[in-house]
Amino acid sequence: MSFMVIQDLKVHYPVRGGIFNQVVDYVYAVDGVSMEFESGKAYGLVGESGCGKSTTGKAIVGLEKITSGRVIYEGINVTNKRNNRKSTFNREVQMIFQDAHSSLNPRKRVRDIIAEPIHNFLKLSPKEEERKICELLEIVGMPEDVKYKYPHEFSGGQKQRLGIARAIATNPKLIIADEPVSALDISVQAQILNFMKDIQNEFGLSYLFISHDLGVVKHMCDYISIMYKGRFVETGTKFDIYNNPQHIYTKRLLSAIPQVTPIGRERRKRERIKVENDYREQYKNYFDEKERVLDLIPITSTHNVAALPKGVI
Amino acid sequence: MQRTDEILKIKDLHTAFRINDRYYDAVDGVSLTLKRNEILAIVGESGCGKSTLATSIIGLYDQSKTRVQGEILYKTQNLVSLNEDHLNEIRGSEIGMIFQDPLSSLNPLMRVGDQIEEGLIYHTKLSSEERKKRVLELLQQVGIQNPERVARQFPHQLSGGMRQRVIIAIAISCKPKILIADEPTTALDVTIQAQILDLLLALQQETGAGIILITHDLGVVAEVADRVVVMYAGEIIEEAPVREIFLHPKHPYTRSLFHSIPQMYSSSDRLNVIQGMVPSLTNLPRNGCRFASRIPWIRKEAHEKNPHLHEVAPNHFVRCTCWKEFHFNRGGNT
Repeated sequence: MSFMVIQDLKVHYPVRGGIFNQVVDYVYAVDGVSMEFESGKAYGLVGESGCGKSTTGKAIVGLEKITSGRVIYEGINVTNKRNNRKSTFNREVQMIFQDAHSSLNPRKRVRDIIAEPIHNFLKLSPKEEERKICELLEIVGMPEDVKYKYPHEFSGGQKQRLGIARAIATNPKLIIADEPVSALDISVQAQILNFMKDIQNEFGLSYLFISHDLGVVKHMCDYISIMYKGRFVETGTKFDIYNNPQHIYTKRLLSAIPQVTPIGRERRKRERIKVENDYREQYKNYFDEKERVLDLIPITSTHNVAALPKGVI
Repeated sequence: MQRTDEILKIKDLHTAFRINDRYYDAVDGVSLTLKRNEILAIVGESGCGKSTLATSIIGLYDQSKTRVQGEILYKTQNLVSLNEDHLNEIRGSEIGMIFQDPLSSLNPLMRVGDQIEEGLIYHTKLSSEERKKRVLELLQQVGIQNPERVARQFPHQLSGGMRQRVIIAIAISCKPKILIADEPTTALDVTIQAQILDLLLALQQETGAGIILITHDLGVVAEVADRVVVMYAGEIIEEAPVREIFLHPKHPYTRSLFHSIPQMYSSSDRLNVIQGMVPSLTNLPRNGCRFASRIPWIRKEAHEKNPHLHEVAPNHFVRCTCWKEFHFNRGGNT
């Protein structure tokens, strides 16, 4: 059962120009994206920079104005209605940002940063609040005395943990994580990823994991959507995408990822060049005349590909 | 035969930064050689001194706050003791550098063509027309389709991949013998990254330059490097040919790193986590094995008092002896 549905989400930015600063064109940042979220599952959103993956995440939590489409949370339409501080949607959908440093207010102490969502959504007495803060710090594996420190006193990995502590303060159902580990070193990244898996199991969280790193997404996610030019080119389970990619763009993306072994690198290079040539030749089979990604069509019950109906095996 | 192939030799290099009137070694006794036609990858996490090593070679450090000791031998010259004028003759012409962030290393107010030409003005005796021709040649060489147009454009009009190509064109403009690439693809998408790496390989085959590739991405290393140096806390802790180090990593740090990467074609549920944190520059453990504090379950006697690099297989060097007893700490570290 899905608790949240996104229907045909579009975010268009107007491009202004001419004498009266009229709207002359639009940038189609997100152009018709649909998703469903089930509890306890992790969803990956993968694409190159500028494909609209972060905009999708921001639009869902309400940090971008949605041009058209609907976000339905537990049967209630919450599209562009984020001003209500007490809504369950605002409480139960939280976000973790890529740059943990700039997402924490440098002039607030850790205690106040974590207390903010508690103030907003939970009615707790000062004592209970204090207890809750300690609890949260314990969950993210940090000692209690960090409460009175400021964000600059922490390392990158620790700051990301504080960002996570803030996100889980209100017992959310869904956490939208926008590149949560791409600014971190490998060993710290491993720490954060393990930890995000732990809290997922413990609290039955769902994730929308936005990343350009297909290795990380494969490690974390059950379902993966590949995005290009504001639209999905392929969606499916982890297995569908990695073992049976259908769209030429997905194949190209997968072949470009460096493998962590020097064995067979000549073969991989030949493969990559072949896929790159295929991409150029078959480009028009997968995009319409305005270079827009085609609509998704199902090929199995979980696997969808943007292609012409007959073009798929 | 071997000897003549060496184009850069670093001997016991110490690069120290001044913090509160004391000098702290960020690069602490590094020795390595670079051969012609070779891609030497320097791997490590942030703060291990890999970028400091690069800036020491090319002399791009703040003189007032940095102390460099040791030898960097290039063609019988010691780059450490050269003055700025002599260094300027080598920089750009004999040693080229590719930086991580292509936007901030290009001049935003200068046309791309003029920026590439700049190095040619300083280092060659070409006439203005010959230079213009060479610029177009270079742009073509780095895979830019319409060089005439791009040469007249400004950096902000180009995409990230195109900018990085321009940077590479600048770096190779005077046919350097050594190319230092400091995280050349970190700011780029994977598809562009693959293109840039292929380009670097092709250029190397053409020019026979030695490339020092500095990166934290082990995937990139596996794809392009010939030899790998792993750094931790300012020291080289392992050095080996690329196949050897990926198939038989020895040092606990190298092995831990490999186990921390979420890989595409293996599916273990949990990633390995290295206990503790990378020590900061001011409180680096300068005595004994620097990695010891992060593998406390290995008994103390396993470490050497003064860890040295030992040759454990042909051309495979490992610091300290703790690798012999190292095993992963299953379950016990959270």
